[in-house]
Amino acid sequence: MSAPLAPKLIVTASPHVRSQDSTPVIMWNVAGSLLPILASAAWFFGVSALLVVAAAAFGALLVERTLGRSGSLGDGSAVITGMLLGLTLPPGLPLWMAFLGGAFGIGFGKVIWGGLGQNVFNPALLGRAFLQAAFPVAITTWPNVGGSFWQLKGDLFAFPFTRPITDAVTSATPLGLLKFEGKSTAVMNLVIGNTGGSVGETAALVILVCGGYLAWKRYLNWRIPVSILLTVALFSTVIHLFDPRRPDALFMIFSGGLMLGAVYMATDMVTSPVTNRGRWVFGAGIGVLVVVIRLWGGLPEGVMYAILIMNALVPFINRATQPRVFGTKLGSSS
Amino acid sequence: MRLSSGFRHGIHPREEKELTSQLPIRRMPFPEEIVLPLRQHAGNPATLCVKVGDHVERGDPVGLADGYVSVPIHASASGTVTDIGWWPHPDGSMAMSVRIAVDRFAPQVPRPRLVPRWEGLTTEEVVRAVQDAGVVGLGGAAFPTHVKLAPPRDHVVHTLIINGAECEPYLTSDHRTMAEYPARVVFGIRVMMHAMQVAKCVVGVEKNKPDAIAALQQALPKDLDITILPLTVKYPQGAEKMLIQAVTGIEVPSGKLPVSLGVVVQNVGSVAAIAEVFETGLPLIERIVTVSGHGLRRPANLIVPVGTKLRDLLAFCDGVTPDAAEVIIGGPMMGQAQANLDAPVLKGTTGVVVLEKHETRLEKVYPCIHCGRCLDACPVFLNPSLLGDLARVTLYDDMVDLHLADCMLCGSCAYVCPSNIPLAQLFQASKVALRRAKAGTA
Repeated sequence: MSAPLAPKLIVTASPHVRSQDSTPVIMWNVAGSLLPILASAAWFFGVSALLVVAAAAFGALLVERTLGRSGSLGDGSAVITGMLLGLTLPPGLPLWMAFLGGAFGIGFGKVIWGGLGQNVFNPALLGRAFLQAAFPVAITTWPNVGGSFWQLKGDLFAFPFTRPITDAVTSATPLGLLKFEGKSTAVMNLVIGNTGGSVGETAALVILVCGGYLAWKRYLNWRIPVSILLTVALFSTVIHLFDPRRPDALFMIFSGGLMLGAVYMATDMVTSPVTNRGRWVFGAGIGVLVVVIRLWGGLPEGVMYAILIMNALVPFINRATQPRVFGTKLGSSS
Repeated sequence: MRLSSGFRHGIHPREEKELTSQLPIRRMPFPEEIVLPLRQHAGNPATLCVKVGDHVERGDPVGLADGYVSVPIHASASGTVTDIGWWPHPDGSMAMSVRIAVDRFAPQVPRPRLVPRWEGLTTEEVVRAVQDAGVVGLGGAAFPTHVKLAPPRDHVVHTLIINGAECEPYLTSDHRTMAEYPARVVFGIRVMMHAMQVAKCVVGVEKNKPDAIAALQQALPKDLDITILPLTVKYPQGAEKMLIQAVTGIEVPSGKLPVSLGVVVQNVGSVAAIAEVFETGLPLIERIVTVSGHGLRRPANLIVPVGTKLRDLLAFCDGVTPDAAEVIIGGPMMGQAQANLDAPVLKGTTGVVVLEKHETRLEKVYPCIHCGRCLDACPVFLNPSLLGDLARVTLYDDMVDLHLADCMLCGSCAYVCPSNIPLAQLFQASKVALRRAKAGTA
């Protein structure tokens, strides 16, 4: 009458069940949410955008496959790193540089720390920082928006270690225009994204929608982007009031890589705080640094360095914002 | 801010209570053999008082209480003692147990006994009667109930809290008890309030049991101050500290007992068991067990004689499905997986859950990605992510500083972990290691 019980019973300590979400599910969802951003990048910059992202992702995956733990490709995190890095690069960047950036990001940003979950710095941003240091000219050469889809921007297929032929038809990013020429850009263009800039950083609205989806699915923590954007808005408004020549909050929020950085880079779970209070602090720190670097630094854009600096502070933030244990007063130790 | 009927954090596992929540309680026939471990409760195990060959009637003691924090064990069926020796215990160890071959054609009528009239009894007499009946907490921990009836003299208890939350997935035995025997529950409360000289009682029931709440409301007497408090449906609402916070709005201070706040919590099943002691005189020899899970052919709420082997219990429920892979005593969040189906149902066995293979945690474990979900789940606001890292490198003393002692092993952290890290399991092992280290140095 009774089916014999399986010869081997599973015997573990409790709990015996778990929720449906898993780390690969989260990672692949994040990777999937990047596709609309990729599509908008292709709309503005044509096939070049896709090629740059593909090259960066290929570099990231190759290193993860060869140097990473076996089977770690399946968790999807390397794909995210590669895609995110590609989205922060100029659409005309020679592909071998994008590839190198992806390889460096995974190799020195992740594998060398011990793989998934162990790294201190956001691997995609570390890859970009490497490219910024190694190829300062190429990575600040911004092709024009528009043109036909199949028209190649810049010197994509430059042979490694040759000087790329810089396209005559280049533009500047809105932040660059402001910093070096004192020109402003219409906020509407910034929101939609038809301005000069990196592959995936210009379409602020699309990024917001994708981030909203992830936040709704609880695959990213909304506190970090909200904290960053609020801080930038507040800080820049104050400065704008004292000195009206400085950009206002809307321009600051929707220009440059802030939206992509706030929604996708700063929210990387591995390199952001685990406590909710810590996440507010982390975001506020990034916001302040972004404004400071943009307004007083030598570079027009500061999101990358702001996030990397705050990444380094995450262990301290975690320690300082430990939750109050039930039945104790805040800050009291055992 | 006062949370009127809940607590912060916690999780929402799939309830799976619909498998049995509407099934009336039925009585399981007596099995051929009963196995009674002498260690079924917190405190000292009972001391043996029968020998091989003895004939016992249903309700006769086979083990006597050893000291104050201990209770006797009674035969749950009339029969002959065939063996006294080591037998698999549901906690995974072996325990000294009394095996009784059940009389095949006996009427199983308990020996006539004196039923004490509760009205005139003093606290001490009630405590003695409850201890003699072998009543323990039926919520799973099996702490002797009579000890909680007589709190330390330097504390004043003003509120009796009855735990009818039943937040573990699958389990419905408390639910059915409240829905089917509300009068018995109320009578048990009456006896307890009398014994403890408490004027106020609050029964906390999760809102997902509307029929139980309605039945209790109907049965409430006019002369007692009893409130039925609907609670938010969230795990672990039935944990003592969470329940107390839901009822009183106060957090039990870390390291303190609930009685320091003037409250005592009793499980609703224990209350019903006390009622039975003063209604029929029967000691605790049977209990209501939810037998459930997708790995089981016919889930049920059963009155089961204590000492029934899991094998017999599962067979009575038409056995398991071919994919069944894990048998758990208790619920899937805090219950114990069984390696040997000869282990018996104990006084503290709330349910038996059979999981199919795909429902278990038998999946790949990924590294911690510091998503922080465990921090948002932990009902006592620990940092399981950090504690897990420390446990893996056996830095147990650092874990103590981070309030490992406040962890009640509810398993919420391990439930939500997307990387499938066995956090609660690590903490359980850490606690054991710390206890051993302490015992070694003492």
